[in-house]
Amino acid sequence: MASIKKKGPLQNLKENIIQHIFQLSGFLAVIILLSILALLLSTAVPAFKEINLKEFFTSTRWDPTSPEKPEYGVLSLLVSTLFVTAGALILAFPVGLAVAAYLSEVASPKIREILKPVIELLAAIPSVVIGFIGLNLVGPAIARIFKLSNGLNALNGSLLLAIMALPTIISLSEDALSAVPFSYVEASLSLGANRFETLIWVKIPAAISGIVASFMLGMGRAIGETMTVLMATGNARAFPHGFLQSVRTITADIAIELGEVPYYTTHYYALFALGLMLFIMTFLVNLVADIILEKQKRMLS
Amino acid sequence: MKSKSRNKKLTAWLTGYLAFGLVLILPLFSFHPLLAAQKKMLQIKGSDTLVNLVQVLAEEYMKKYPGQAIAVLGGGSGTGISALINGTTDIADHSREWKSKELDLAYEKGVRARIFAIAIDALSIVVNEKNPVDTLTMTQVGAIFRGEIKNWKMVGGPDQKISLYGRQSNSGTYAFLQEHVLNNKNYSPEVKEMNGNAQIVEAITQDLAGIGYIGVGYVYDESGQVRKGLKVLKIKKDEGSPEYSPLDKEAVYSARYPISRPLYQSTNGKPSEAAASFIKFELSPEGQSIVEKEGFFRIGKELMAENEKNLK
Repeated sequence: MASIKKKGPLQNLKENIIQHIFQLSGFLAVIILLSILALLLSTAVPAFKEINLKEFFTSTRWDPTSPEKPEYGVLSLLVSTLFVTAGALILAFPVGLAVAAYLSEVASPKIREILKPVIELLAAIPSVVIGFIGLNLVGPAIARIFKLSNGLNALNGSLLLAIMALPTIISLSEDALSAVPFSYVEASLSLGANRFETLIWVKIPAAISGIVASFMLGMGRAIGETMTVLMATGNARAFPHGFLQSVRTITADIAIELGEVPYYTTHYYALFALGLMLFIMTFLVNLVADIILEKQKRMLS
Repeated sequence: MKSKSRNKKLTAWLTGYLAFGLVLILPLFSFHPLLAAQKKMLQIKGSDTLVNLVQVLAEEYMKKYPGQAIAVLGGGSGTGISALINGTTDIADHSREWKSKELDLAYEKGVRARIFAIAIDALSIVVNEKNPVDTLTMTQVGAIFRGEIKNWKMVGGPDQKISLYGRQSNSGTYAFLQEHVLNNKNYSPEVKEMNGNAQIVEAITQDLAGIGYIGVGYVYDESGQVRKGLKVLKIKKDEGSPEYSPLDKEAVYSARYPISRPLYQSTNGKPSEAAASFIKFELSPEGQSIVEKEGFFRIGKELMAENEKNLK
């Protein structure tokens, strides 16, 4: 492309500099990510000088400050994290998809314009506030409904995380549904399908990768959430056998113990090993979500 | 129509940027010499059991000596001690003694702790008001928190699973109970680990099957009465001995209540002028009467003599 106005050398230099600044900011994110990974790796690996790798992944006892024998079994924490996250997604996904379908199909433009920003605003509530609600409102309610003595359990955490994952799921699913070309809908309607059938059999399948991606990103948020679960799940270290049991997630454990752990001890390194595990988990989830989103873009364009 | 919405968007962006910019710039002003000219703030950090008491003491002190600012933070004894070792606090509050690991680490970093006992706490075992159990032995309390006794039936209560509440491992109270009542055995993994004394109280008042441990200062509400919904258990040293309540002043002062402990503050080396002045206030008769008003107990003669030595 030939430029209309001839550029002076000075302008060229300016554009060059600006281009480099932008390039640098782009790379900065990558550099930060890699540095964090390097830091986590270098601090996590020394933990396994003293901790048996097999014990780390198969023991259910995590008690690093035990006066009897410090124990570093991550299984209970890992399963608790998966429990709470899975619970949150099971609760959030149907609701999220239904709201997304309502917004893109049924709601009048006016309602949509009000509702969508409000739902997105839900993501702005600080997690400590949601945790407080869990402690004082959701917990006692769960206790009453299930006739338990208290409501500090995995279900409480799941409910709160579901609320926190909803904005991501709704917003991205709605985008995916709205991106389905109108010709698909026209074709379906002209074949005699009603709007509901069109939604279920045409629009959702066409938008499925975007919907799955929204689900994965919501999951990423739920796995990494700390304050809310710290306040609402009771933090007992026992291996979880059900949703009505108190659990301690990986994030909560790091938050509890990192503040006072003596530096450069096995316990300190072990907490970084937990962090590394969490990093890998969220990284994988986000990566898969990205790949799926990319696929949807290519398919619909 | 379109340009209107674009204008709106532009305004929203601008406001956002402005707010963000302010957030970035504001901290810079705190370095302004005019603001920094104020007297240096005395930082106190640590034990959650002590945080309310020290806060009240600090407020009274600041009323008496305006011009000295004191900031009191909680976070747990372990957090306070590691802050002292890392030099990020002037005084560490702690409700347990220093661990040998911490002493080693402090020694390596050139930190020499001077320890002051500022109050006595009668560690209180609390249950819900509706729980019929009134008394437990030390052995029973230990067995309950180790997870060996799982049902209230086994200690004379209703047939109901015991719901355990405790603190997190950065808490001095957690460590103290583990050492003195659990005989250095592991806590049951079923213990729900709460963020502080206040959260335990909150949970116990709602949980009919709950049991928890807290500093005696947290037993009372603002009017000085035992919190509604809370029952403080009487403790027997062993099966044959008489029972004592941590609310019974006499029993605590005569050390017949079996789980009492000093609450400490530590400084790095000889306390600075500001720190020494505050500690002296805490140990004065006026300070000690505040200690008692807040539900804790006065320091005895022996500990007081030790404190005096450490102030010099």
